[in-house]
Amino acid sequence: MQDMRLKLHIWRQAGPEAQGALRTYEVTANEHMSFLEMLDVLNQDLIEKGEEPVAFEHDCREGICGTCNMVIDGRPHGPQKGTTACQLHMRAFKDGDEIHVEPWRATAFPIIKDLVVDRAPFDRIIASGGFVSVNTGAAQDANEIPVPKADADDAFSYAACIGCGACVAACKNASAMLFTAAKFAHLEKLPQGRVESERRALAMVEQHDAEGFGACTNQYECEAVCPKEISVTSIAMLNKAYRSAVLKTRETV
Amino acid sequence: MSRFQRLLASSIGAKVGMAVTGILLSFFVIGHLMGNLLVYQGRQAVNDYAAFLKGLGPWLWVVRAGLLSVFVLHIVLAIQLKRRNRAARTVGYAKDHVNVATVASRYMVLTGMCVLAFVLLHLAHFTLGWIDPATHAVTEKVIQGGVEIERHDVYQMVVAGFRQPVYVVIYVVAMVLLGTHLFHGLQSLFQTLGVRHPGYTPTIVRVCRLVAVALSAGYISIPVGVLLGLTGAEGAS
Ligand code: HEM
Ligand code: FES
Repeated sequence: MQDMRLKLHIWRQAGPEAQGALRTYEVTANEHMSFLEMLDVLNQDLIEKGEEPVAFEHDCREGICGTCNMVIDGRPHGPQKGTTACQLHMRAFKDGDEIHVEPWRATAFPIIKDLVVDRAPFDRIIASGGFVSVNTGAAQDANEIPVPKADADDAFSYAACIGCGACVAACKNASAMLFTAAKFAHLEKLPQGRVESERRALAMVEQHDAEGFGACTNQYECEAVCPKEISVTSIAMLNKAYRSAVLKTRETV
Repeated sequence: MSRFQRLLASSIGAKVGMAVTGILLSFFVIGHLMGNLLVYQGRQAVNDYAAFLKGLGPWLWVVRAGLLSVFVLHIVLAIQLKRRNRAARTVGYAKDHVNVATVASRYMVLTGMCVLAFVLLHLAHFTLGWIDPATHAVTEKVIQGGVEIERHDVYQMVVAGFRQPVYVVIYVVAMVLLGTHLFHGLQSLFQTLGVRHPGYTPTIVRVCRLVAVALSAGYISIPVGVLLGLTGAEGAS
């Protein structure tokens, strides 16, 4: 097992209002480590030296919670397609590499500390319409509402969104359209969700805009970096649904 | 707030506005090229067409007013979107990386502004005759219904204009930039309007890009063709 000596340029920022800067560190890792484990090694070094460890979010470390967010050499979650930072292995790098590690950059995602940003705007977008209203009581039979296989597959592919925000980080406009559209399309593809389609499209898009995210310019950087490879077809669906919702709604505008 | 205002105030709706005005402007770009290509048929074809347009009288002004409002709306929405997008990221990355975005898609505002500058210059050049009054002020005498009339010799103006290499260079550069704008814009508007399907989207993208390149090449051929003496047979003058 070969040791890798790396030079890291990491964004350090003590708090939301503090002035941040890139700081340079050296770390010895090996190719079997995940990117986060490599940062753990660095943090252990820092702790032993009595310095403040680098703050980064992580939870599952298996690519499903969407918290391990960092821009690695200009790419959210790093160079490997369809992979979160926690699932990225150091074999994607080589001995002697210099690596830049920066937080998501978006006005709507203020930095809390170092690489940790506040993604509460995503929660508010979900709360505005990313749900179905169903009565409580005895659960109905699972097969009572038929769903075509292709629709179920599509819905599933959109439901795979882990809400990490890589789409926002990659977009030059810091647009959250891929996130918003994935959440919308997931429900739109299912009969239980379609009932509230119009209200959902209006609420989610307008919440997205109110949070200060940018507009989509159809460059598809989001799709390229999405660790779940969510398709921008969802954005086309939302574009159409929102447009017709505004023009057709009987809600007072 | 009317529905229309609500739509245009949103990020998606503003893009819909860009797409719809973009389509209308593109129709103009296509139509204008069709007219311009008459230069290959020579003096009479061009001047007849010019006279026909002038003969539309008030209708010409209706079309011009429509075109102007579409153009202004396209620009106003571009500014609105650009301001939103700029505010959405005020701090950039120390190390940036582009994955799939095309060059054309990254310079829409720049190419758009160049097109605007070109349109103003073009109007001042051939429509108003402010830039090169000598080549603008040419007329020809033709017999119409048995009487001799004098009319604007548009053909002569274009040919004399493009015998001067400086105008050829300006027009060629401007049309490359228009083509670049449309290279992204034409295929992009389908996504904006919600037309996307794994089966036919790749074809839409390819055809749109081909149309953008063809339009650009068509326009470029005119100044270059004049300079090389390839235009209508009567162009020898
Ligand atoms: C002959 C003139 C023009 C034509 C035919 C044209 C056409 C188009 C088309 C078809 C689109 C695509 C809309 C979409 O993405 O859905 C577009 C977008 C755009 N245009 Fe133009 N345009 C013209 C002039 C201008 C001018 C003068 C500006 C001035 C700044 C401009 C700025 C933009 C911008 C910023 C976008 C949006 C890019 C994006 O969000 O992806 N355009 N245009
Ligand atoms: S830590 Fe959960 S996705 Fe990476």
